[in-house]
Amino acid sequence: MNICYIYLIPLIPLAVFLLLGINSKRIKPAISGYIGVLGLLSSFSLSVYAAYQYFFVLGKVDGAYPQIVDKTVWLNFTETLHIDMGIMVDSISIMMLIVVTTISLMVHIYSRGYMKGDDGYTRFFAYLSLFTFSMLGLVLATNLFQIYIFWELVGVSSYLLIGYYYTKPSAVSAAKKAFIVTRFADLGFLIGILIMGYYTGTFDFKTLNAVNPETGELVLNWASTSFMGLSVITWGLILIFMGGAGKSAMMPFHIWLPDAMEGPTPVSALIHAATMVVAGVYLVARLFPMFYFVEDCFALNIVAWVGGISSLFAAIIAITQTDIKRVLAFSTMSQIGYMMMALGVSGYEGHEGVGYMASMFHLFTHAMFKALLFLGAGSVIHAVHSNYLKDMGGLRKYMPITNITFLIAAFAIAGVPPFAGFWSKDEILVAAFENNQLLYYSGVLVAGLTAFYMFRIYFGIFWGKDRTYEHTPHESPMSMAFPLLFLAVMSVVAGFIPFSEFITADNKGFEAHLNYPLAAIAVGVGVIGIALAWIFYKKENSLSDKYAKSFGVFYKWAYHKFYFDELYLFITKKIIFDRISAPTAWFDKKVVDGTMEGIGNKTVVVSNKIKGIQSGKLQDYAFAFIVGVVVLAGVFIYLWK
Amino acid sequence: MDILTLFVVVPIVTVLGLVFTKNLKQARTVSMVGSLVQLAMAINLVFAYVKERAVNDSIMVFTKDLVWFKHFNIHYNIGVDGISVVMILLTAIVVLAGVFISWKMEELPKEFFISLLVLSTGVYGFFISLDLFTMFVFFEIAVIPMYLLIGIWGSGPKEYSAMKLTLMLMGASAILLVGILGIYMNSNADGGDLTFSILEIAKVNIPFEAQKLFFPMVFVGFAVLGALFPFHTWSPDGHASAPTAVSMLHAGVLMKLGGYGVFRVAMYLLPEGTLHWTDFFLVLAATGVVYGAYAAIKQTDLKYINAYASVSHLGLVLFALLMLNKTAWNGAIIQSLSHGFLTAMFFALIGMVYGRTHTRDINKIGGMMKILPFIGAIYVITGMAYLGLPGFSGFVAEMNIFVGGFQHPDMFHRVLTVLAVSSIVVTAVYILRLVGKIMMGPLETNNVENLPKATWYEKTGILLLLIPVIAIGVAPLWLSDMIRESIQPFIQGVLR
Repeated sequence: MNICYIYLIPLIPLAVFLLLGINSKRIKPAISGYIGVLGLLSSFSLSVYAAYQYFFVLGKVDGAYPQIVDKTVWLNFTETLHIDMGIMVDSISIMMLIVVTTISLMVHIYSRGYMKGDDGYTRFFAYLSLFTFSMLGLVLATNLFQIYIFWELVGVSSYLLIGYYYTKPSAVSAAKKAFIVTRFADLGFLIGILIMGYYTGTFDFKTLNAVNPETGELVLNWASTSFMGLSVITWGLILIFMGGAGKSAMMPFHIWLPDAMEGPTPVSALIHAATMVVAGVYLVARLFPMFYFVEDCFALNIVAWVGGISSLFAAIIAITQTDIKRVLAFSTMSQIGYMMMALGVSGYEGHEGVGYMASMFHLFTHAMFKALLFLGAGSVIHAVHSNYLKDMGGLRKYMPITNITFLIAAFAIAGVPPFAGFWSKDEILVAAFENNQLLYYSGVLVAGLTAFYMFRIYFGIFWGKDRTYEHTPHESPMSMAFPLLFLAVMSVVAGFIPFSEFITADNKGFEAHLNYPLAAIAVGVGVIGIALAWIFYKKENSLSDKYAKSFGVFYKWAYHKFYFDELYLFITKKIIFDRISAPTAWFDKKVVDGTMEGIGNKTVVVSNKIKGIQSGKLQDYAFAFIVGVVVLAGVFIYLWK
Repeated sequence: MDILTLFVVVPIVTVLGLVFTKNLKQARTVSMVGSLVQLAMAINLVFAYVKERAVNDSIMVFTKDLVWFKHFNIHYNIGVDGISVVMILLTAIVVLAGVFISWKMEELPKEFFISLLVLSTGVYGFFISLDLFTMFVFFEIAVIPMYLLIGIWGSGPKEYSAMKLTLMLMGASAILLVGILGIYMNSNADGGDLTFSILEIAKVNIPFEAQKLFFPMVFVGFAVLGALFPFHTWSPDGHASAPTAVSMLHAGVLMKLGGYGVFRVAMYLLPEGTLHWTDFFLVLAATGVVYGAYAAIKQTDLKYINAYASVSHLGLVLFALLMLNKTAWNGAIIQSLSHGFLTAMFFALIGMVYGRTHTRDINKIGGMMKILPFIGAIYVITGMAYLGLPGFSGFVAEMNIFVGGFQHPDMFHRVLTVLAVSSIVVTAVYILRLVGKIMMGPLETNNVENLPKATWYEKTGILLLLIPVIAIGVAPLWLSDMIRESIQPFIQGVLR
């Protein structure tokens, strides 16, 4: 299979970015929108073509989907270590190409309506293209360092887009927070890469992941050095996962995600729901054989628990939030936790790898319905000019398309058959059930909570009483409605894609069956969640407040996101700024510089004191001369005695 | 005249030309032409070097040797390798950019440009010298005009800063001179004449006792210029008072002489001394990396932030050199280049902001992006490059350094490397704080509406610096391989 054209998929958005970025003042807004959409449309078409070629024309080679790599050396470190740049085509990278280009294309189309009349229209499209380029580069990376490079680039595009309204202090600080928190996590990632590079002598994914089919173990050899009881490679993987957890807003690095909602809503849909935030999941999936085979899945178990805990934690917070974008943000975190958990409980071969498959499946379906939810929320916000539930109500009459599509997405995320989320979530729960009962029960609980908080905001927005609106809300223009409709269709059909045929850990595929009892439980829990939301929120009543009160302190904690932000603020402001930085600056001024100054000043003092000796008076000199003669004479006499 | 000597002659000719100029217009035109010629020569030198390297595998190429002072065996001995070639290119670019940034230097323009070009003469001479004494002379030529440049054209407590900077650098020079003479006095250890020639001395086995004694002197003598903790305090005050172009040249080029000297003289000529002292200085360098970054967080003056950032980033250069392997050394050289371009950009931008708002206090500036879109965009780009974003030169340098540092399997080096890696987060904190405060957020200054937009000469100056940053960041292989090749003989020296 000739894969050279795949280079164009990321490079077209890059070209668009350069074109729009450099000429942002010269190009008319209307034209820049078209350029952006056109660029993405070509990338999207190429991705679809690539997927068709890969899965249907090339198909399986020796019973498994192959990994095709094309790369060149970009930078040499040592004789063995180097950074390559290139593309890697395999089942998950092709799937991610589809996800990224689809969502990005929809967001581009949508933004033409949403951002209309904004000052920085061209700049916005330039940033979107930059992000798309970086994300596609990340997806296609052939080695750890290449993925790290694009990892940082998506981070910076995210920074630029969160801080898009840069005159708003809250947006600026949210952007800063997102960048610094993820950068801190990336510190782990980088050290992990250094460890991997040193002990395995390669950064290359294909070499790292190679599995010997006969022994069923990694081909790779490394010196079995251990550190604090764990193999260094396990440490490397844990640290790499730390980077993934940062990007994917897992505990305890999740604090940037809710604030990231300061960015324009289409950005939240693209970056903070569908694509960038799943980069961590993708990273673990990319290194899955390593995670699975090294030291009995030790690192993989950490992935599972972090995912499971984050998922539950975020779902609880989501119930209490009143800003609809923040509810969606926590929902994203919760769903990504699901994906992480599924990866974490997965096996490798055949049906044991159901978790891996489910994770990728859920990544795919979640991208569709979560992007739809965000775009729908954007449509609502566009109409009522507020993010808060208290300013919304009864909108179904005014915005029928948004209402229907949002409802479809809500059904999908709640796991109601036959919508997409049902199929992928079911597989996740199957995987959890087979491997870790505790995580399974937590997963079921999350399923119920998800259905509840999602219908809470659905009813809150579209049902209930009308609010006093500035002007009568109206349905969004076609440019915004089309992406909603398209994604709504995807949220239904995506579930019917036979993922287990195409995307599995061992690339061989297996046949998945619906597990009816587990599916029934999941659906049942979901329906209960929806029903509770119906009772509490369909008609406005005081029930919800009453129950919230009965939870007392716990409700308050959840509402304040369990005070994680305050904790971080304490660490940065009180410890790093006041206890490290300020004393450092003081120490530098007073002690280090003070010493230097002291030397200088003392020199002046000493010279002032001794300059009197050179008085110019003959008698002083004569006196000194005589003293000198006497002293020397004494010395000589003493010495010669 | 040979290709290298021209690098010293052209600035001198330019200076002579400047003597006859009458006003700012003439002075800047002459300086610009001189620096343009210099840049053309530097670019030519890169190509000539690559061509020559293909057929000539001696350590230094384009060598020339003239006896200068026979009695002490002092020669005018010059030659370059890949490292000096890129350093010369850096100098040429920063000097030209500096001339553009000083386009409106109203006060004593002729004298200003003369001092600037004398300084650059010293720098070029330093990079081409292969004779310790000649090198030292050029080193002094580069340092002395700094006093005048800050003392006369500076701002704030300029006399104080100029005095502090000069005294500290002179103190370092004195120690350095002792070290150099120490090497000279031992250069006949294997028999033969005393010599100052670097290539000759490298072949001599200087006794260990002498190496142990003189290495710290030479190292500290150079490293003070490279802002080695705790001898860095001249740099914040000096930079804060210096006029824009001087800060650019000083942080961009002059401070690089430190790392270059450490590598070319201290480590190459005193390999056993290096091994003996490396751990001690490594701790100091690593401290500087982290310390500079934390100190930068708390500063409120734009130039102080940048000065402390330089302490951190140049600490990384010394840190990498002391790691004593090829990868890290490669990173050190690229970091020198990268920091040279980036810090010059930063100082240029600070100059532009200061020239318009008349303040450098970050609490008094805000939302400049809205009214100065070009400067704002470049500021963000420079900040991103500075914090090591891939696609810019800083990333290439830092990754070489970190991978190099991690090649040592022992705990001591690992811990220090991790410490140095952690500075990338702290760097992100102060850079984003800075960018967020002054470029983003609501407008803070009064009468902001009529701030002049960036002019053509400002844009030219900035783009001159930005192009190499992106070029190195996007396609680092050619540069990195050219440097690696030149490092080979030196690393063998240390590890022999």
